[in-house]
Amino acid sequence: MFFEHFNYWVFIILLMVGLYTVMSRTNLIKKMIGLSLFQISVFLFYISMGKIAGGTAPILIDPAPGAAPIVYSNPLPHVLILTAIVVGVATTALGLSLVVRIKESFGTIDEEDILKLEDEA
Amino acid sequence: MLSFVQQFPVLAIVLPLMSAPVCALTRGKVFPWFLTFLVSAFTFAISIELLAEVSANGPISYHLGGWEPPWGIEYLVDPLNAFMLVLISGISTGVLLYARESIAHEIREDQLGLFFTAYLLALTGMMGICITGDAFNVFVFLEIMSLSSYVLIAMGARNDRRALTASFQYLIIGTVGATFYLIGVGLLYMMTGTLNIADIASRFAEIGGMRPVQAAVAFIVIGLAIKLALFPFHVWLPNGYTYAPSIVTSFFAGTATKVSVYLLIRFIFTIFGMDYSFGVVGLTDILMPLAVVGFLSMSLVAIFQDNVKRLLAYSSVAQLGYIVLAISLASNEGLTAAMVHILNHAVVKTGMFLSVGSIFFVTGTVSLKKLEGIGQRMPLTTFGFVLGGLGLIGVPLTPGFISKWYLIKAVLDLESPLGYGLVAAILISSLLAVIYIWRVVEVAYFRPPPAGATRGEPPLTMLVPSWIFIAISFYFGIDTTFSVGFSKAIAAFLTGGA
Repeated sequence: MFFEHFNYWVFIILLMVGLYTVMSRTNLIKKMIGLSLFQISVFLFYISMGKIAGGTAPILIDPAPGAAPIVYSNPLPHVLILTAIVVGVATTALGLSLVVRIKESFGTIDEEDILKLEDEA
Repeated sequence: MLSFVQQFPVLAIVLPLMSAPVCALTRGKVFPWFLTFLVSAFTFAISIELLAEVSANGPISYHLGGWEPPWGIEYLVDPLNAFMLVLISGISTGVLLYARESIAHEIREDQLGLFFTAYLLALTGMMGICITGDAFNVFVFLEIMSLSSYVLIAMGARNDRRALTASFQYLIIGTVGATFYLIGVGLLYMMTGTLNIADIASRFAEIGGMRPVQAAVAFIVIGLAIKLALFPFHVWLPNGYTYAPSIVTSFFAGTATKVSVYLLIRFIFTIFGMDYSFGVVGLTDILMPLAVVGFLSMSLVAIFQDNVKRLLAYSSVAQLGYIVLAISLASNEGLTAAMVHILNHAVVKTGMFLSVGSIFFVTGTVSLKKLEGIGQRMPLTTFGFVLGGLGLIGVPLTPGFISKWYLIKAVLDLESPLGYGLVAAILISSLLAVIYIWRVVEVAYFRPPPAGATRGEPPLTMLVPSWIFIAISFYFGIDTTFSVGFSKAIAAFLTGGA
């Protein structure tokens, strides 16, 4: 059961580790790390779904006469996930730059300290 | 050779998208704004043209790059999204009409070019989500909209540094929501082998019973619920709306969450189908309690707010509760009520946030404590705000009344004790709305203005647009041919009934 769907188990474990990190950490950088992990686990999910058992790289080749038809892996999910990787990088960059600005204005990157400072204002 | 008119669906997206980098290069106080306004107005004109075309001749399918769907990406304009396109670009254009003075007041001059770049990208994202007929393309546009809206909200940091934390919080929650959506789409692709919305819909009946598809439905509904700020996923919204620059709040209040509502309607009615969504999965049991608890609790929380923008933001979450309640009724009437309220609330809330923006422009504060006697200090602006407030409550002749009329009618059609309970809940929530609007009225009109307080109206370029929204909202409160007419047509189109 576990090894049969190994990739999918890893995907779910990483997803949950990421989500838990986002929820449980108060340090904003650690939150961003959790969020990245959360997004990256989905990349793994898409990449796994494109793989077809025994399939080769999706480059068109003529099968040898009489040989079995060639099985290709599905390239589409891989292409899709390239887009999602770009989105993930952009999100991380924007999130980290916000953390920099927060550090500049509040002098801390710990969520609880920030909340205290906000209440005083 | 295709004619110019046939390119309208793609122009509605490409125009703001391509103008965005141009806008980033522009400098000065007026030019970036003018370019954005022009682009938005042109997009609005295209959207109206598309809506007219769709109502006359039925859905338009545009194949990007000439690739036939389901292989290529398709832009499919049908009555539902044509209506949303008009709403989004219309609100955007109206807000921009107001924006020049307001935003120059709130943002450093050298950042204006970049600010309007982000604004155009947010507009692109919203329009794209609505027009595209490809489930993965929706994700891409969703992220374009979200990333630019994080930036726009963080722009409020010059007035209040809490804008930064609000934006960060929204980034975390928004990304989690979008990622859930992405997982859902992945699961759907696994089971159907297609990303085209119409194609998924046509294959959905065969695969609906399978476990991955049920998981996909769960991921997508939760992901969208986070994005549309359904109670209890709303925590990002009040902070974001409170600290963002005035025009950003006005723009998002009318459009950002409505786009996610559109997606929810699209998935529930077009892809999953009504029988599956409400019969097999039982979404009513999930959405309805959240919606009811949402509008009751959020109307209550709004009463205790001192910041007027935050008060309106909580009221927005409550209004989204009404819309989701209407959707969860799973009926033609319910859907009509949802569409009517999407339009009415967008117009009213934008008008109210613009009025609050004017108050901030003149007095430099939106705290109720410091707005004593604002009704005498800024009579026209405050009166516009109060008229909008009547619309939120649902006084007859206001658009809110029309929305609630259709909502209550749809609820009573249940013909069960549950229906009466829901009517009671809606009425209680409306009474709570009376209280939170009254608190503003009391401070504005029944307290003397403090000595030496600033008086006077904002410039006409700000006063007129906010009154345009209020006037349009009253028009929808009196003449409902457009609002209710289109909503009924959309509901009939989606439920397949006449």
